[in-house]
Amino acid sequence: MMDNKEVIFKIENLQTWFPITKGMFKKVVGHVKAVDDVSLEVYKGETLGIVGESGCGKSTFGKTAMMLEKPTGGRVLFNFNGEFKDVTKFNKDEMFSFRRKVQMVFQDPYSALNPQKKIYSSFEEPLKVHGIDSMEEREEVMRKVLKMVNIQPDYLMRYPHEFSGGQRQRLCIARALEVMPEVLICDEPVSALDVSIQAQVLNLMKEIQKEMNLTYLFIAHDLSVVQYMSDRIMVMYLGRIVEVADSRALYDEPLHPYTKALLSAIPVADIHHKKNRQVLEGEVPSPIHKPDGCPFHNRCPQCMEICKTQAPRMVHHGAEGHMVACHLYDKEAPKA
Amino acid sequence: MDSKEIILNVEKLNTTFISDKKKIRIVKDVSFQLKRGKTLAVVGESGCGKSVTMNSIMRFTGKNAIVEAKNIQYNALKDGKVEEHHLESIKEPNGPEMRALRGPDLSMVFQDPMSSLNPVYKVGDQVAEGLLQHNKGMTKQQAREKVLEMFRKLGIPDPEERIDCYPHQFSGGMKQRVVIAIAMICNPELIICDEPTTALDVTIQAQIMELLKDLQVNDGKSIILITHNMGLVAEMADEVCVMYMGRVVEFGTLEDVFDRTSHPYTKALLRSVPVLGLADGQKLETIPGATPNPADLKEGCEFADRCPECTEKCRKGVIPCYEVNPGHHVRCTKYSSFPEVE
Repeated sequence: MMDNKEVIFKIENLQTWFPITKGMFKKVVGHVKAVDDVSLEVYKGETLGIVGESGCGKSTFGKTAMMLEKPTGGRVLFNFNGEFKDVTKFNKDEMFSFRRKVQMVFQDPYSALNPQKKIYSSFEEPLKVHGIDSMEEREEVMRKVLKMVNIQPDYLMRYPHEFSGGQRQRLCIARALEVMPEVLICDEPVSALDVSIQAQVLNLMKEIQKEMNLTYLFIAHDLSVVQYMSDRIMVMYLGRIVEVADSRALYDEPLHPYTKALLSAIPVADIHHKKNRQVLEGEVPSPIHKPDGCPFHNRCPQCMEICKTQAPRMVHHGAEGHMVACHLYDKEAPKA
Repeated sequence: MDSKEIILNVEKLNTTFISDKKKIRIVKDVSFQLKRGKTLAVVGESGCGKSVTMNSIMRFTGKNAIVEAKNIQYNALKDGKVEEHHLESIKEPNGPEMRALRGPDLSMVFQDPMSSLNPVYKVGDQVAEGLLQHNKGMTKQQAREKVLEMFRKLGIPDPEERIDCYPHQFSGGMKQRVVIAIAMICNPELIICDEPTTALDVTIQAQIMELLKDLQVNDGKSIILITHNMGLVAEMADEVCVMYMGRVVEFGTLEDVFDRTSHPYTKALLRSVPVLGLADGQKLETIPGATPNPADLKEGCEFADRCPECTEKCRKGVIPCYEVNPGHHVRCTKYSSFPEVE
């Protein structure tokens, strides 16, 4: 991890709930608690990996951090040259300046580029929007970012269908880089790609990060990909953080029973690797009717009485920066 | 080897698709054998022909496909006696002969559980359909009992209630169990699983894989597992078949392929997967370029353009398979000192 830790994103008690409506008058009958009380700090220049199973709220978290989804509660503070401003209260103009700093790369490169537009016009648009008026300047930026992702600049006049999946994802990354952002939120950037192409894109992203001193929020369901990319990893389950740790520490010493199960479920491409697989019973409960207490308690092999009634707090355990939300590690909590 | 031990023998399978009046060969001279009670993993990237190979064996290919093979022999073991079926010579792909085999002998689990179930029928009825079709005289009540038994075996909770539910009331993992139940209900000898867990989360994937392993160990089933996940291969397979652009490039036992990896493509494939616990600063190796378009392939080895060890010899003709070890076949000119197989 970085030595001089400058915080770039400070997220406090973030909540994103989606209302469920019923009947003619759209009466709200419940909420999907996609992100529920998440607090976190992101440091400049690091890669923060976010993992979890489908439906755990990792994508919603990414979108809310970028204000593509309006949070129902909590604050998102962003570091504007040393001054923290609450992004959730921004008006339209201020949001514009925020969007120049934070950009996003989406999961599916096939639907993220408009098939009817040439790459040139898709690439020109963000530059126009952000006020680069001279055409020469725009073209210069476009050439520069394409060179960064190893795509020939004369491909600008082509249409998206003329590119392979890996090339398209590189184009999406290039487009996000045009406005010289400080933070890149990548939502499953490689899960639509084949393994051989996946490695190319991952290595490229690492190189670009070094070159531009970018901060990545790297969202993926594949823990081995996240571990390869990240400095720190945050594990989510049903809209909550269950564990945050250095990438190495999370692998060497996972604390939360869910993290342990997640790690052991990953098949290893090594036939001499012996492990005691811990198969989790059951499935992720619905985020509409979350279980009381710890959200994981009904699948947890180490469930205690207290877990059924009381939600665990985030506590420090072990190495510095290793946080876990589990009663097993909370010494002050009353034990049953 | 005698036909009691071999359940499926495929020799020189070719599948050609007709698209825009052009003929595109997708599967080229694929040969392999599957031993009874074993798991064969077929690996490769998307578009390498692994699914088409299996669909060709099951005769599921569409009208624009031409399937030719020297031999596709399925050996059924009925009361200790071997019944040979030559699938390539069955004329009608959906005729009575083929239909009699699908279900009680050969069956298939498809990739996407969301789309392989019919949304307007109860899951119990969909599972029972095969049973009623293949066992004349079985009553609906008897079939229901059998389905319940299968649901219990596959670990579907409250089977009595769930049997009357519709697919949309099931989660992804549970739907995949129903799809496996459909494939298993007639007690087939050979199950072909086409990426059975690609659409599922890792924890659910682990559950499904344990299930398949149990079925194999307890009931002695033979499984063909199509996947692109090398991790799953290492955990499940007895033998591995690596495909690239419609050809088998490497075939051997699990130990052959993982410990004595020979083909440059297999090596690259194994090294480009991120592994948990990789040391800091260690870089992933990549395969340069992208998979070529199957419609305009050059002469010689299909992998030549992306291969780090490519030589002049790789650019000419069709590269033969060499036997580097008994049963370990590699399609690469590097091994031309070894005996050729075919």
